[in-house]
Amino acid sequence: MTRVLPWLYLAAAFAFIYLPVGVLVLFSFQDGTLPVPPFEGPSLRWYAGVLSDDDLTAALLNSVVVAAGQGAVAVTLGFLAAYGLARHVVPGTVFLRALLIAPLTVSYLIVGLGLLIVVQQVGLGLSLWTAGIGHVVINLPICFAIIYAAMGAQQQSAERAARDLGAGEFDVIRLVTVPMLAPAILASYFLSVTLSWDEFIIAFLLTRFDVTLPVEIWSLLRSGLSPRLNAIGSVVFLVSVTAVVAAEVLIFRRRR
Amino acid sequence: MTANVTVEAVSHRFGAVAALSDIRLEIAAGEYVTLLGPSGCGKTTLLSVLGGFLEPSGGRVLIGGQDMTHVPPTRRPTTTMFQDYALFPHMSLADNVAFGLRMAGVGKRARMSRAGEMLALVGLAEDGAKRPHELSGGQRQRVALARCLAVEPEVLLLDEPLGALDLKLRRNMQDELKSIQRQVGTTFVHVTHDQEEAMAIADRIVVMNAGRIEDEGAPRRIYREPRTLFAAGFMGEINRIPARAVAGRVETPFGPVPAAPPAGRALVACLRPEAVSPAPARFQIGPARVRDAAFFGTYCRAHLVPEAAPDLILVAHLPPDALPEEGAVLTLHADPDSLAVFPEE
Repeated sequence: MTRVLPWLYLAAAFAFIYLPVGVLVLFSFQDGTLPVPPFEGPSLRWYAGVLSDDDLTAALLNSVVVAAGQGAVAVTLGFLAAYGLARHVVPGTVFLRALLIAPLTVSYLIVGLGLLIVVQQVGLGLSLWTAGIGHVVINLPICFAIIYAAMGAQQQSAERAARDLGAGEFDVIRLVTVPMLAPAILASYFLSVTLSWDEFIIAFLLTRFDVTLPVEIWSLLRSGLSPRLNAIGSVVFLVSVTAVVAAEVLIFRRRR
Repeated sequence: MTANVTVEAVSHRFGAVAALSDIRLEIAAGEYVTLLGPSGCGKTTLLSVLGGFLEPSGGRVLIGGQDMTHVPPTRRPTTTMFQDYALFPHMSLADNVAFGLRMAGVGKRARMSRAGEMLALVGLAEDGAKRPHELSGGQRQRVALARCLAVEPEVLLLDEPLGALDLKLRRNMQDELKSIQRQVGTTFVHVTHDQEEAMAIADRIVVMNAGRIEDEGAPRRIYREPRTLFAAGFMGEINRIPARAVAGRVETPFGPVPAAPPAGRALVACLRPEAVSPAPARFQIGPARVRDAAFFGTYCRAHLVPEAAPDLILVAHLPPDALPEEGAVLTLHADPDSLAVFPEE
């Protein structure tokens, strides 16, 4: 009995996490008009509907572009901040570090509202660019924290050895620091891509005509439940899973 | 390539702490010098100053006659072999060794062939494609050495390079370092706190303490005729026999020592354990009772209480053929030349 209990607990925990997703995916194959039992199907009609909907596919593409682009910017800025603070003596390092991480504690709603006010004051039109800027604001602290934590003494001494062997600052970063930090850099990139991918509030506040997928889904939700939403949700889930698996493979392979 | 090194009145402070005070040192081209001292004596600080990782607060460093005091490590003709090896974990051994040449703009084919030669020099000719994590500590050590030597530095700086190895491997690597240094002819400056390592390897030992040079010279000279009490104690075990200067002579509980007394009234006469012997010699210690003794292979190490000074305990390395019994009384002697006299610190 005592041997079975841990397994039961494990099964229950995973059911709790994955049952909603499983149900969502299952009823995306519903051959009826309502995503509720009994399950009739399977059918791919809702997927066909999603893929032939130009607004939805455009939103999907927008989300991919925003997620990939803001991730690259957030990781680059986060890396530079981490490298600067970890390798150079800057007055007020502790304060700067806190200031960089602080946005993590601010709710997305507040960040979004703040940016909205700024953007309108400056006279910048709302677009995917402004949503991307919003996502950089929330993801930069995460990238900074992950990369900064990975910058240990081992890298530092390898960088010192590289300089001793004649490497200039740029070569040190390109040939030693970045390759040695690759797991942390990739992890922070994939994390910020995933966070941007399903972020709603900031994208909702900072976009107007071109929107990201969560904003498009929200506007569809107003017309009530439909297996069509399940199909979109399944596509979103599939993309997230792909990103996570890609991260695992890339990071794990490099570690070995 | 090889060059001489001149350290001119170098001092360095970390805040209020003087890490180096007025260090003056001449190292000849092709010489193997060890900086020896306890932790915190400034030996690693001095090495960092030579490597360019630290700008001294005062003084100058000349390498091959050129002032290098303010030249960064990248542009110095020195390379440093770090205590933790600092290999690049994401590169193969050949790429690690070729890194310095790559930075110097040497073409791929030429630098790979040079890396192969260097790996062969340290006995890893077959392992160029491996990654550092596949190696043992001693092998990483060799790769670090090959990487430093590949750029043909004029001076190689070694920061406690053998500290992380076990004793047997350390002794092997000492012999190897020395033979490689003979082959390449580069000036080696090696930091260590192990006096046996220093003696095994160095042409010249520089004994440091509290940011100063206490003594420098050939291992044999420093061991047998140390200039200071600190150098005497750091180079190996000593018996400290209290002495006094009386009328131009050094008086000990065992009688006068034929040596000119140094300044100061309270003196210490130092005697190495292996200089204490039951065989007759000119300096008489007299009868001494064995407190305990143990067999050490090439000698028996004994603690003895001399009758002439019952509150002293002498350590002696006695011949290994018979283990002295506890309580036995031996008549001890020493060669007066082996006695060194210093002012009490």
